[in-house]
Amino acid sequence: MQDLANADCIVIQGSNMAEAHPVGFQWVVEAKKRGAKVIHVDPRFTRTSALAHSYVPVRAGADIAFLGGVINYILSNEKDFREYVLAYTNASMIVSDRFQDTEDLDGLFSGFNPETNTYDGASWMYSGCEDSGRSHTQAHADRETAAGLEYESHGASVPGDLPQDPTLQNPRCVYQILKRHYARYTPEVVERVCGVPQEQFLEVCEAWTANSGRERTTALVYSVGWTQHSVGVQYIRTGAIVQLLLGNMGRPGGGVMALRGHASIQGSTDIPTLFNLLPGYLPMPHYTHHPTFAKWVDGMRNPGQKGFWSNAESYAASFLKAYFGDAATAENDWGYGWMPRLTGDHGTYQQVLDMIDGKIKGYFLLGQNPAVGSAHGRAQRLGMANLDWLVVRDLYMIESATFWKNGPEIATGEITTEQCKTEVFFMPAASHAEKEGTFTQTQRMLQWREKAVDPPGDARSELWFFYHLGRRIRERLAGSTLPRDRGVQALTWDYPVIGERGDEPDAEAVLKEINGYDLTSGQLLSTFGQMKPDGSTSGGCWIYTGVFADGVNQAARRKPGREQNYVAGEWGWAWPANRRILYNRASADPEGNPWSERKRYVWWDAQKDEWAGEDVPDFEKKKPPSYRPPEGAVGVAAISGDDAFIMQADGKGWLFAPIGLIDGPMPTHYEPAESPMRNPLYGQQANPTRKVYNRPDNPTNPSPPEQHSEVFPYVFSTSRLTEHHTAGGMSRQLAYLSELQPEMFVEVSPELAAERGLEHLGWAHIITARAAIEAKVLVTERLVPLRIEGRRVHQLWMPYHWGGEGLVTGDSANDLFGIVLDPNVLIQESKVGTCDIQPGRRPTGPDLLRYVQGYLDRAGLGPDHHPPIVTARDTDDGE
Amino acid sequence: MGNSLYGPLDDPATDAGFTEAPPRMGFFTDTSVCIGCKACEVACKEWNAVPEDGFNLLGQSYDNTGGLSANSWRHVAFVEQPAPAHVDALTEAGTQFLGMPLSDLPGRVTDAPRTDFRWLMMSNVCKHCTHAGCLDVCPTGALFRTEFGTVVVQDDICNGCGYCISGCPYGVIDRREDDGRAWKCTLCYDRIGDGLTPACAKACPTESIQFGELDELRTRAAERVAKLHEDGVTEARLYGNDPDDGVGGDGAFFLLLDEPEVYGLPPDPHVPTRDLVKMWKKAGLAALSMVATAVVVFAGRSK
Amino acid sequence: MSPGGGDRPMVPKAEFESYYGRPIVRPPVWTHDIAIYLFTGGLAAGSAILAAGGQATGDPVLRRAGRAVTMAALGASTFFLIKDLGRPERFHHMLRVIKPTSAMSLGTWLLSGFGGVAGVAAASEFAPLLPERGPLGLVRRVLPPVGAVAGYGTAALAPGLATYTAVLFSDTAVPSWNAVYPDLPFVFAGSALASGAAVGLVAGPNDRVVQMAVIGAALELGAGHRCEHGYGLLSEPYRKGRAGKLLKAAKVLNAVGAVGAVVGRRSRVVSALAGAALLAGSVLTRFGVFEAGVESAKDPRYTVVPQREQANGKKVNFPSA
Ligand SMILES: Nc1nc2c(c(=O)[nH]1)N[C@H]1C(S)=C(S)[C@@H](COP(=O)(O)OP(=O)(O)OC[C@H]3O[C@@H](n4cnc5c(=O)[nH]c(N)nc54)[C@H](O)[C@@H]3O)O[C@H]1N2
Ligand SMILES: Nc1nc2c(c(=O)[nH]1)N[C@H]1C(S)=C(S)[C@@H](COP(=O)(O)OP(=O)(O)OC[C@H]3O[C@@H](n4cnc5c(=O)[nH]c(N)nc54)[C@H](O)[C@@H]3O)O[C@H]1N2
Ligand code: SF4
Ligand code: SF4
Ligand code: SF4
Ligand code: SF4
Ligand code: SF4
Ligand SMILES: [Mo]
Repeated sequence: MQDLANADCIVIQGSNMAEAHPVGFQWVVEAKKRGAKVIHVDPRFTRTSALAHSYVPVRAGADIAFLGGVINYILSNEKDFREYVLAYTNASMIVSDRFQDTEDLDGLFSGFNPETNTYDGASWMYSGCEDSGRSHTQAHADRETAAGLEYESHGASVPGDLPQDPTLQNPRCVYQILKRHYARYTPEVVERVCGVPQEQFLEVCEAWTANSGRERTTALVYSVGWTQHSVGVQYIRTGAIVQLLLGNMGRPGGGVMALRGHASIQGSTDIPTLFNLLPGYLPMPHYTHHPTFAKWVDGMRNPGQKGFWSNAESYAASFLKAYFGDAATAENDWGYGWMPRLTGDHGTYQQVLDMIDGKIKGYFLLGQNPAVGSAHGRAQRLGMANLDWLVVRDLYMIESATFWKNGPEIATGEITTEQCKTEVFFMPAASHAEKEGTFTQTQRMLQWREKAVDPPGDARSELWFFYHLGRRIRERLAGSTLPRDRGVQALTWDYPVIGERGDEPDAEAVLKEINGYDLTSGQLLSTFGQMKPDGSTSGGCWIYTGVFADGVNQAARRKPGREQNYVAGEWGWAWPANRRILYNRASADPEGNPWSERKRYVWWDAQKDEWAGEDVPDFEKKKPPSYRPPEGAVGVAAISGDDAFIMQADGKGWLFAPIGLIDGPMPTHYEPAESPMRNPLYGQQANPTRKVYNRPDNPTNPSPPEQHSEVFPYVFSTSRLTEHHTAGGMSRQLAYLSELQPEMFVEVSPELAAERGLEHLGWAHIITARAAIEAKVLVTERLVPLRIEGRRVHQLWMPYHWGGEGLVTGDSANDLFGIVLDPNVLIQESKVGTCDIQPGRRPTGPDLLRYVQGYLDRAGLGPDHHPPIVTARDTDDGE
Repeated sequence: MGNSLYGPLDDPATDAGFTEAPPRMGFFTDTSVCIGCKACEVACKEWNAVPEDGFNLLGQSYDNTGGLSANSWRHVAFVEQPAPAHVDALTEAGTQFLGMPLSDLPGRVTDAPRTDFRWLMMSNVCKHCTHAGCLDVCPTGALFRTEFGTVVVQDDICNGCGYCISGCPYGVIDRREDDGRAWKCTLCYDRIGDGLTPACAKACPTESIQFGELDELRTRAAERVAKLHEDGVTEARLYGNDPDDGVGGDGAFFLLLDEPEVYGLPPDPHVPTRDLVKMWKKAGLAALSMVATAVVVFAGRSK
Repeated sequence: MSPGGGDRPMVPKAEFESYYGRPIVRPPVWTHDIAIYLFTGGLAAGSAILAAGGQATGDPVLRRAGRAVTMAALGASTFFLIKDLGRPERFHHMLRVIKPTSAMSLGTWLLSGFGGVAGVAAASEFAPLLPERGPLGLVRRVLPPVGAVAGYGTAALAPGLATYTAVLFSDTAVPSWNAVYPDLPFVFAGSALASGAAVGLVAGPNDRVVQMAVIGAALELGAGHRCEHGYGLLSEPYRKGRAGKLLKAAKVLNAVGAVGAVVGRRSRVVSALAGAALLAGSVLTRFGVFEAGVESAKDPRYTVVPQREQANGKKVNFPSA
């Protein structure tokens, strides 16, 4: 994050950095002071745009077209950093001759199966290893379990000696395929699809390319303006392709800065609260794919593959040792059999639908407020109202704890307090200031936090809650002989308790367990390189190993920046191995010299025969640039001295992803699931592999080529205000924040206000197929109608912070959304949808349901209506 | 009384009788890097336990505070405007403004001429004037000059006479409704006395609010303006930095990107006591005229 | 434009010269209590002069009436002054310091001194009620001469009391109060004289009282006219709106009172009516001036436009970095 200050140009797209990351934004301001150009691409003019040199308004949901245009500009003008591209990307790899592009198939790639709406990925593979492509069925299972990207993060099984064309002339090499794929994303097309005037688009292209290369670097910043789309992952891939082509990855002032959310949301992906992952990005075992420990481990390391994942067995065994301690033995595969298995989609949205269907009886809700914060608020509340029990641990009485008496469904009659069977147990939670532990922030840095005050009353930490819950469950099950209870019985559950009451688990002990031990000596491990597959080491999360290096809590380091070099490696601790910039080997050329003096970061020190630099080099310290793996080498030994992307199976940055993504090897523009526009590029309207839940309670507004899209003529987006936090539980309860943004509002352009008769500060209501909500109108020129395909498209915008509890209350924007997800990671499309807006307040009570029904009727959305998935004119794979 | 009332003054603390006053402390608020996050507003309230100011959606862009008041000692102003500002006048006068290339926002090109948009943000605060109108007129001595040259109300002295409120040329100080006393920024007198940075400046993520020795801040500000001019931001200007201005220079001064009045600041304020001597002279004359009248009327011979 | 909407359906575009039309200087927090205070203060001063005049010309009616009204007006002044404080119980904090730069500080001291001497003068009126012998008898004998001195003392402080309030108003950032500082003291002086004379017109009219009334009213009208016309844009609030109406009415009443005093000087009834008109005129003048100031503070135009003109006349506001 601080590294942004070293950028020569910063492109912020899909993030409202100044508003949502005000503290991090200081580095953008710093870069600007040093002369960097700042560009903000966003559907609306925000506080970030106000500080940018150039603001580019774009249609929500059209970024791939925009960035595709940038790629086309780079390739057709040969502005790529060719030496970098040749050395560090897969540009020269040859792709299977069976591969067909969206350009050939009207928006579909080769291998599409309309039955499952997934791809058979064989034809996307490098020439010669088509067999290792992913099948339909696997793709389907991967989509269910959000496992698609594991191939990318863990690498595909790609042999090392595949055909390449360093001249980049072979028509089937990645470079040429990319060039063809994006050829049609011309400035005119960008203007037509995104509404960005060509001159403005070209200004961005010129700034981006002029500030990239040997001497200069451009940083790309995104956040949830990019992720929350049915093509969210592909958005980010597009950004990554641009940065790879321009040689900005792994270099100071470059890279792709993914701004994370909640204080420790990075921590909760590393040590996940996600259903599909275990700590350190080990996949959650799947009941058919990973029947045994060996299969599970092979699923990560792909035997024969190169890269650091080849040590997966050490990470996995150490992980299980941390879980099960002495009970984990070589004989019982370290207790692998006790691990739960995935059987399908257990994502949060599937769960809530299962609640509605009565399939889930009980639920723990900690630090989350889905009644306001999750898409399709009504479904969230109806689901929770159909449980037997619900435990809510929160700082405040949030909407998710009071839906049974105060939710909007009380007024409509859909929930009756007396009949709501859910028993809600509310437990007050200690806040971050009332407990110790770490936050892992947006740049993967762990920072240790002291406890400032004791929690009030009965409020307790999460650690306390789970420790004692686990302890009691284990006491209950102590005598059980059921096989299913064996895992719980075998868990190590022996945390020392401290504190005044003598019952608070010691957070440092937990962090040490995460760091891992050498079990033979009892010493804390210092790097994950010390982990062994033989059960002699433990470690709760291999990427965090080192946070207790030398027995010291490295996360608690607070050495001021002025007392160390600019990378400030002695402030906190970043995984892996305290590296601040990932893949920083790429900051040096293949020979190990910095690409330029101005951008030197790590380099090969020929005197000392080792890698040196400002940061911890992201490379084996003693492996020279000239190293070439011997024949038949696998794993780390197979990484060549100039393979900068050491976690990738081929050591290369992927311009083209032969495997890994469910929706295609290259990003391509699809319209959002709800759009007023026909896709201007392909017959295929929206992402054909998106995750849909076709149910009467989850209708989707019609989009072309369907009829009646004019019923919901406007594009809307939702996001954040500096003054509030997410679902509002922590800000609408505080007077000092509530007074700064006291009411739910909707921002519209003067043109839209005129069109619909909306008055500044008057009421309006917004309608979708799911709900109608009301808000005060803010008419502002910060929103502009865009000209798309010769048509004027209005966008309106709402914050999503309001709900029914707190000092300031209001309707929730999330009630407007339905559930449509990205196929790779199952994130909801909550950044873009279609709607209608009308002046005045919405109807109340049962009238509200009738009112929305009126819209459904006009839009032809009967209970059995499902939006078509495949709209490409030619759906066979063309063979 | 000379410069004690008006005009440049070396050090107001010394003028107020401090013998070994520390350097004068103040704020340089650089609005060109303000992101309108309002952290300063909140931090001020947290530190000083200032009450909330009411939950009112004002519709003045993102400003729902409205202005400085007894319950808001920092206030972030938001101004949405097309730039350059004269364009509107041109179009209204019927001149077709063709705009600079790239300065037109899309979608408007065919509908209406439109210029680049600006969103100005500025965190306002008490100016801690060299000649502080509020302090001059306070009849109780509740307002006083600190050793740092700042102006502070003693809440145990103030009797709420309200005179300071009208004495301030910036509309800063205000009487709290339910409390009756006058309140305003103290420049965190309690913090700076302990060598700490004021809460608002500490919370400001972008260093829009810079706290320090006034002399140094003035130098820094001049450099910043020069840099901005060099970068083509020719509209950058300083406000309140000039010891020759109507209040003898502000202890808290600003870098603005437009005219002061756009942000709700007076364009050329002066301390009311500038004319105090003349006022008393006039009042004396008027009093004399009363005496003269009395003499003429009652001392003359009866008619 | 009202922040709530107006003719353009959008976030009200910040008018170029102001921030959403919000005031720049803060409108006074003072209530009408202060306008009343101005009037009663003036009345106390005027009647003190009247009483001293009665003293000097051997007119016990005027003296007594003057002293009585002085005391009553003084009491009212003190009441309203304290009432308007945010913390009335802390009124005495005014007497912690003497601050030359604060008209309110000086005024409070003046008011206290004035109150002291006026009290003695008034008390002396009660001397005849005291027993002739004993220690109180001594008092009965000493009081009248002391009262006489006190009476003149009161009159000597009266002009200050009547005019310091002009400085009180002018020494503020309230645009239309601040601008008119050369004339405001004369308005208040005239108004005080006229109201003092009015007391005489009611209690016991004679030629001297009529003369005092005419001079007072003339001063008030003359200086008032200059306030209303001599200060460009900043005179406008004195002519517009409620303040304008009040001041117009005040002018009529003052003129009527002065003329009535002259023509009706043989009639007790007409004199009394003329006195009433002058008193009313004085009240309205104070309210008018008060309101005009408040209006000038509320509308940023009165702060911005004159200052902008002034600023444009000066150097461009770029630092010589
Ligand atoms: N004050 C505050 N800070 C926060 C939070 C908060 O609630 N309040 N939440 C935290 C959390 S949990 C998160 S995840 C982060 C999120 O941080 P951000 O992602 O920066 O915040 P958002 O406001 O959700 O959305 C970012 C921007 O995406 C834009 N956008 C929407 N759709 C598109 C699109 O299709 N293309 C492009 N280019 N832009 C689009 C929106 O207009 C918005 O300006 O913020 C964190 N920080
Ligand atoms: N329409 C729309 N929807 C969105 C988004 C969007 O941009 N648009 N953004 C999405 C994103 S990125 C996010 S992260 C989610 C956020 O959505 P949620 O996570 O559902 O919302 P929060 O309000 O952040 O909920 C966090 C709760 O945790 C409580 N809490 C805080 N600290 C503790 C603690 O230590 N222990 C416990 N037990 N509780 C604690 C808080 O009081 C608060 O109620 O919203 C998502 N939803
Ligand atoms: S709230 Fe915390 S994480 Fe967010 S910007 Fe402020 S300091 Fe950073
Ligand atoms: S700005 Fe106003 S309140 Fe602040 S010191 Fe100056 S006169 Fe006093
Ligand atoms: S209100 Fe308080 S601080 Fe202001 S002038 Fe009166 S006594 Fe002084
Ligand atoms: S200096 Fe202190 S009192 Fe003044 S605005 Fe800042 S935080 Fe508030
Ligand atoms: S804290 Fe700083 S950046 Fe934020 S609003 Fe205040 S002055 Fe502006
Ligand atoms: Mo988030």
